[in-house]
Amino acid sequence: MRRLFTGVWHFLDDRIGISVLLKPMTHIAPHDAKWWYVFGTATLVSFIVQVATGVALAFSFIPSSSQAYETLQFITNDAPFGRFLRGLHYFGASAMVLMIGAHMAQTFLFGSYKFPREMTWSTGVLLLAFTIGMGFTGQLLRWDQTAAWSVVVAAEQAGRVPFIGPWLAHFILGGTTIGGATLSRFFAIHVFVIPGIMFAFIGLHLWLVLRHGISEPPTAGKMVDPETYREEYEQLLKKSGRPFWPDLAWRDAVVVTALILVIAGLAYFIGPPALDNPPDPSVLDADPRPDWYLLWYFALFALFPSQLEGYLMILGPIVIGLILLIPVFNNKGERAASRRPWAIAVVLLSVIMIGSLWIAGQQSPWSPNFQAQPLSEKVIGATSGPVFEGAQLFHDKACLNCHLIQGYGGRRGPDLTYVGDKLTRDNMIIRIVNGGNNMPAFGSSLKPQEIDDLVAFLQSRKRPIRPQDQSSVTRN
Amino acid sequence: MNENITNHSLADVEAPEILSRRRFLEKLSIALGGVCAAVVGLPLIGFVIAPLFRKAPEQWTTLGKVGDFQIGKTVSVTVLDTSPLPWAGITAKNAVWLRRVDATTFIAFSANCTHLGCPVRWMEGAQLFLCPCHGGVYYHDGAVAAGPPPRPLYRYDVRLENGEVKINSVIVPISTTL
Repeated sequence: MRRLFTGVWHFLDDRIGISVLLKPMTHIAPHDAKWWYVFGTATLVSFIVQVATGVALAFSFIPSSSQAYETLQFITNDAPFGRFLRGLHYFGASAMVLMIGAHMAQTFLFGSYKFPREMTWSTGVLLLAFTIGMGFTGQLLRWDQTAAWSVVVAAEQAGRVPFIGPWLAHFILGGTTIGGATLSRFFAIHVFVIPGIMFAFIGLHLWLVLRHGISEPPTAGKMVDPETYREEYEQLLKKSGRPFWPDLAWRDAVVVTALILVIAGLAYFIGPPALDNPPDPSVLDADPRPDWYLLWYFALFALFPSQLEGYLMILGPIVIGLILLIPVFNNKGERAASRRPWAIAVVLLSVIMIGSLWIAGQQSPWSPNFQAQPLSEKVIGATSGPVFEGAQLFHDKACLNCHLIQGYGGRRGPDLTYVGDKLTRDNMIIRIVNGGNNMPAFGSSLKPQEIDDLVAFLQSRKRPIRPQDQSSVTRN
Repeated sequence: MNENITNHSLADVEAPEILSRRRFLEKLSIALGGVCAAVVGLPLIGFVIAPLFRKAPEQWTTLGKVGDFQIGKTVSVTVLDTSPLPWAGITAKNAVWLRRVDATTFIAFSANCTHLGCPVRWMEGAQLFLCPCHGGVYYHDGAVAAGPPPRPLYRYDVRLENGEVKINSVIVPISTTL
């Protein structure tokens, strides 16, 4: 039996050239390229997971505006392993975004983008952009209410791009409004166009890794000199290099296995994102939010000065372009992060900025709270009279959607739990009637009696008097 | 024998007429490649960008009878795309906010926030439109009250005809391209 298998293997290897194809796996790499070097493989494997699960999902997904929602329900609720596959696809996407981010940060901090690997870096940056594009278009294929409104938001954003905005907006929608042409376009882009480009760029990226070799871990004080670097690298490999397979690749195998197990575990135990309501644009009770990897961008639109938002639309491509060009301006010299404090600062600031915006996007304090319920009698502190009536108005006039009272309500405006200690009656009336500071004017929608009641309620919002304060008041 | 052929070929390489022929064949092949790309590519590009040039027919669409709407009230009204593709399904539906100001005056607002297009909600008690995405606020007449929206809510042309309220063009345009 063994001889049979050996014979078949020799035949196939001779006719197909499998050994020759796999030969690059044994290329010589620096012996100390260890655990920091696993993120590229992890990104590639995440991409493979996406391709495999995506192909499987496409067996049942119908990219039609009228049917996609039902097919997603079928995949999630009825198809064997459908829920698990959707989960794998979702968490695989998350893993890919995280891994490519880690890969970029490591490459940047190790100075691996410098000579002669400038184009390896540039192709990697473009792959990052394509990955984000895949994430966004993928969320839209989850064709529910959030997805449909996200398309509208995307088109509105694109519409603000100088000069070509309207053209881009219509291209995204497949017309002047969301409709039958919209989803199939995103399906084609998500399933064929971007993955096709990514296959080409991944091939090029891997070819460049082989052509220029895996960069050695940097040593402080050892400069990259384009005149001598290649020769030094060759000497290094001759002296202490190891074949990538299996001497170095086993670490990639360990990390990738752990990654797959985590993705599968999350897919099984947490599952895919729940489907929202059907994609009916005539239902206006919608609250579209992007998936987590674009939540920071969503937050940016709330916090950025509105007069500069037109530029925000092209900020993404500009940032990608700048990252792309880093090696053009800085392709030699020191590689060690310990001698490049600005490199550490850039990575840290990027993480802090995206992390802060992500937390802000998660909380969305600028959004009204549409779930705000009328305040309880316990919170109001009265069951009748002007304070009670004012509290009812505070809810009915949507004040509670934007202001907090003892932890109830929205966070868009200031917390008014103790506003009675801060503002006088006159100040309250002026603020309510005239609005201002990002608050609407209510002068035309409130009757004088309603204003009196509202102010009575707000004046009653004071810090409770502590016993010691009370006794001092009594003594006085 | 093989050696002779090889030698013969190598000798030909040096010959000027062969070089000239080779240049011609190079250019011919590249030109033919260009023709092939154009024959396949131009219709392909035209097909992909065709929706950009598809004009939705403008028409007056009925929202309801005048008597269906109370004075001083703002309600959402569902309208259909004027020329939906057969497979558009529920995505052919859209909504507008319709406000009856007095006996003969109606205002029809786009339901899209002018900031980034999210659907604005009408808060009857507050007489305000609120946007769930970035906190845009509009007064009952569509004017910006607070938040990031750069301009008032888009208004459709409205007319009353045979006791019915009609708006011009039922599609909801991308407001940033207006």
